[in-house]
Amino acid sequence: MAISNKLINSQTNKEKTGNDKTINNSKAVAIVGTDAVSEAMRQINPDVVAAYPITPQTAIVESFSQLVADGLVKTHMVTVESEHSAMSAAIGASAAGSRVMTCTSSQGLAYMWELLYIASGLRLPIVMPNVNRALSAPINIHCDHSDSMGARDAGWIQIFSENAQEAYDNTLQAIRIAENPDILLPVMVLLDGFIISHAIERVEIIDNDIVSKFVGDFNPPYSLLDSQNPVSVGTFDSLYGYFFEFKRQQEEAMLNAFKVIKDVGKEFGEISGRHYGLFESVGIEDAEFAIIATGSAAGTIRHLVEDMRSRGIPIGMIKLRVYRPFPAKELAEALSGLKAVAVFDRSDTFAGNMGGPIFIELRSSLYDLQQRPLAINYIYGLGGRDLSIELIEKALGELIDAARSGQVKQTVNYLGLRE
Amino acid sequence: MSWDIKGIQQWGWKKHPAGAVIKDPGNSRSFKTGGWRTFRPVRDEEKCSQCLICFVYCPDSAILIKNEKVVGIDYDFCKGCGICAAECPLDAIQMVDESKLNK
Repeated sequence: MAISNKLINSQTNKEKTGNDKTINNSKAVAIVGTDAVSEAMRQINPDVVAAYPITPQTAIVESFSQLVADGLVKTHMVTVESEHSAMSAAIGASAAGSRVMTCTSSQGLAYMWELLYIASGLRLPIVMPNVNRALSAPINIHCDHSDSMGARDAGWIQIFSENAQEAYDNTLQAIRIAENPDILLPVMVLLDGFIISHAIERVEIIDNDIVSKFVGDFNPPYSLLDSQNPVSVGTFDSLYGYFFEFKRQQEEAMLNAFKVIKDVGKEFGEISGRHYGLFESVGIEDAEFAIIATGSAAGTIRHLVEDMRSRGIPIGMIKLRVYRPFPAKELAEALSGLKAVAVFDRSDTFAGNMGGPIFIELRSSLYDLQQRPLAINYIYGLGGRDLSIELIEKALGELIDAARSGQVKQTVNYLGLRE
Repeated sequence: MSWDIKGIQQWGWKKHPAGAVIKDPGNSRSFKTGGWRTFRPVRDEEKCSQCLICFVYCPDSAILIKNEKVVGIDYDFCKGCGICAAECPLDAIQMVDESKLNK
């Protein structure tokens, strides 16, 4: 059953749990993360969706297909034979001036590989939720971040979600971010496989009219179908060589994204009561040491951090929301003066004791500080390995020891690994 | 629509159109590809019967026609693929090494 049918019977939310109680324009429903994403897609009502099913993303395509079949969206749904074709069709439709979405996971994202670079190189604002899942081998359908981390240099904006609500919120904001004329880059919305995608949570669905107004219309800079103003897209550039200049433009768009993401997050806060920035800080101002994490793990860690703070332990937390562009400057400012930081990575780089991708980039961000905090890396949860409270407590114990002794015993640690 | 690309080889990165999208299509005419050629087709007017088979086969429209007759080969665009020489039923086109012609 399409989720929108369930919504008709749901109660208008009177008591908000968000941080802005004056806003009352949404309905609270109990849905899984994939339905939260397909609900956002229904409200965005993209011109074209080209997608191929893959666990655990399948449920998004499945429920969205139902919405198309029921006539609840005007989207042209292209059922392709692979993810390579899904992204190819998305690229073509986007160059034609359409608002385009697709979604994938794991091997599907890997199969899109060469097209990811084409989408960003052509500056096409395609929005793609990616349900994070481990990459084979061995075959594993559960959550880790190795799929999207593999695409970190593909020129896509990457936004992580902590829960189903954020997956919904981020999907709506991604449209605005991608289509901003100062950016025009594709955006990946990331949500943890199964932990977010398949768990039922309370999600506030904002009223259709308000979302429509927030998302607005797409004004493409050109259209392949505009015969009055013809353009050449996908041009060849190897003889005279301007390739380097185009790559620098992509970096500029990423730099512009810092401000746009914050502006869109603020504007979204005005309609939802949920404000978004590049990352979220918990108690960093008076902390001596902190944890940096992203995705669903941030929820578990926050619970523990708040508990410890209530017992007077000077700990803080940063939940990294935007991974591309990487908010190095802001993170360094936030962490400056701390004694030690522990970075949680749900993927490995296999670079020879360099740690996970977030650790490598965060440690690099701290390099220019006069007073650098000690940095410890915890690689956890690969292939869906559970991150328990006990494991986080173990890491926190080591973090506190490092902060007090001024020494890191082991820089890269595998948390929850059977030794 | 005309796109002024004067001095493009010295342009800074900010001046290029985003995504390398060209808003002045059909400009490949001004991109001369004859320089790619290794072998040059040279036509023997004596042998030519004006059957126009070379014109039909040429993938680059480089066989120049006037009043339904072959009048020459457009070396600005001919890439020297040799299809015309291979298809000519009278062997009226020979492929000649460019390096030997230039010396």
